[in-house]
Amino acid sequence: MLSHMDLSASLIVDRAGLDGLLGALAARGYRTIGPVVRDGAVVQRQVSSTGDLPQGWHDEQAPGHYRLHHDDDSSLFAWAVGPESPKSEFYPARSLVWRTSSTGDVVTLEQPQQESAPAALIGSRPCELAAMRVLDRVFAGGEIPDPCYRDRREGSFVVVAECGTPAATCFCTSMGTGPGVEDGYDLALTELTSPDGPRYLVRVGSARGAEVIAEMGGSPAQPADFASRDAVLENAARRIERKLDAGNVRQLLASNLEHPRWDDVASRCLACGNCTLVCPTCFCGAVSDTTTVDGAVERHRRWDTCFDLAHSLVHTGPVRATTWSRYRQWLTHKLSTWHDQFGTSGCVGCGRCIAWCPVGIDITVEVAAIAASDGAVPVHIESGGDRS
Amino acid sequence: MSLPTVVSRPTLAVWKFASCDGCQLSLLDCEDELLAVVGAVQIAHFTELSRAVQEGPFDVSLVEGSITTADDIERIRAIRQASSLLVTIGACATSGGIQALRNYADVGEYTATVYAHPEYISTLAKSTPISEHVPVDFELRGCPIDRHQLLEVITACLTGRRPVIPGHSVCQECKGRGTVCVLVAHGTPCLGPVTRAGCGALCPAVDRGCYGCFGPADTANTSSLARQLITVGTSRADVSRLFRTFNAGSPAFREESLTYDSPETGR
Repeated sequence: MLSHMDLSASLIVDRAGLDGLLGALAARGYRTIGPVVRDGAVVQRQVSSTGDLPQGWHDEQAPGHYRLHHDDDSSLFAWAVGPESPKSEFYPARSLVWRTSSTGDVVTLEQPQQESAPAALIGSRPCELAAMRVLDRVFAGGEIPDPCYRDRREGSFVVVAECGTPAATCFCTSMGTGPGVEDGYDLALTELTSPDGPRYLVRVGSARGAEVIAEMGGSPAQPADFASRDAVLENAARRIERKLDAGNVRQLLASNLEHPRWDDVASRCLACGNCTLVCPTCFCGAVSDTTTVDGAVERHRRWDTCFDLAHSLVHTGPVRATTWSRYRQWLTHKLSTWHDQFGTSGCVGCGRCIAWCPVGIDITVEVAAIAASDGAVPVHIESGGDRS
Repeated sequence: MSLPTVVSRPTLAVWKFASCDGCQLSLLDCEDELLAVVGAVQIAHFTELSRAVQEGPFDVSLVEGSITTADDIERIRAIRQASSLLVTIGACATSGGIQALRNYADVGEYTATVYAHPEYISTLAKSTPISEHVPVDFELRGCPIDRHQLLEVITACLTGRRPVIPGHSVCQECKGRGTVCVLVAHGTPCLGPVTRAGCGALCPAVDRGCYGCFGPADTANTSSLARQLITVGTSRADVSRLFRTFNAGSPAFREESLTYDSPETGR
């Protein structure tokens, strides 16, 4: 089918065109999940019109800090990522894996089917699209795909909104994941300002996207519109000051497993797990079996975190009993051993772990601190002592 | 011809020490599951439910409340002796409860202030958890406990398996239910990062900070969180008070509370 589509057909639409998009997706049976403001943050919820989107809302982010403020402008996408990500749509925080019920001597195993309609994600950011691709490799890239993830992800429709207003916590430019994106989506939006309010450049990335764009109205995009997009993305990239040396970090961390900085960060780290839970690629889960008083057995999977003491619990106790060892596990996996396991970095530079750490621990600062004293070891190890 | 053997259901006893009864009433709050519970166990001693009580031994004892009198010490030893499994329920039984505020003060001064005839009061200087006096098989935290967790513990006891009761932070429950962090996004003082999960993150879900009623999580870095609470504008006195409520007697919270209770010293 793809060959019959003109994938280069791009449109310029106004806000009514976006409402047309939401309507077209709903008519195709999608649950349209998009950004909304709830309890002082931009989060993901079901949306039915552009009236649900964060019009005029803007964010201010820093380590351990997130605030929204509202202006009178009519922008819909002038904010950077909030605490939630597409992860929760494809890999729910808690899910039933199976349950048994028994009648007399007969025990029946029931596996839940994916019941809800497929999701259309509206306004995912390029870094989030990169995170979905990371999770695709984790959950669906191996010999045995995860059925829960696969069923939810396969039927999904992704409308990316390129990023014009990064936060101070963002570092996608270091990780090569933003602020623009060229493929991997069904449709891509770029919010462009004009005297008459925002307009949207809509680009097509898939055959399904081409079908839907045909129902959006609007007019063919002109070279000037693409120039405006370039300006938005250049301006966004220029505003991103936070950096992580992605080229060297893999080897840097692998060769600094005893660096004293791990102890330093452990004195600040709460081991609460927030960084991993807001991370759009952290995928660890805990599976537990429970019985009910009436004799049924249920197996549940929930998000877990490598900061949880129970995460490494074996019969003699936790393998990683100290916070420094758990923080080291997280950071070395995310930035170093993820390459060995999945062929890419596990970090997409979204900055969530920085903003949503209650005490503002900043992975770019931690990496830079290790790089600044590459090869250092604690005094007691230098003198031949044991770390523990 | 012999009669078929009657396999009796395991016996369950519920005991009260210094407490408000709220935790043991959580069992009666299990309205949907109560019939299944009483079908699975034989309730041998539960005076909030029935005056009819049986002698021990008991297969499972649920113990609510803290130890505050010399008589309590004798009684909990006898209950331990009579119980195969002893599970403590609630902040009083697991950390001394709100009445452990006396541990920071002179109980003699308290009784003299409150009672017309303090000479009639026979009490210990401190309110202490059950585990300071007898071995405890499992501690279920909370003020009050969560009834779903109570059901899980009872079911696990009956099945002979480990209860699925996590020791991690409340933050994991906030993130799991999609609650926006009140500390990061609003600057509200919140003990969630150092408090054990189990409540379902009730307070942050209604835009309030966690006040730590489930006590410290497995690894609670209270000193780092306290520094951050000061950074977001919480006064030293309020940081001290925050750690000194229903789990004031738990070592991690007690230490931080003492660190911040004077304007001069500490961190």
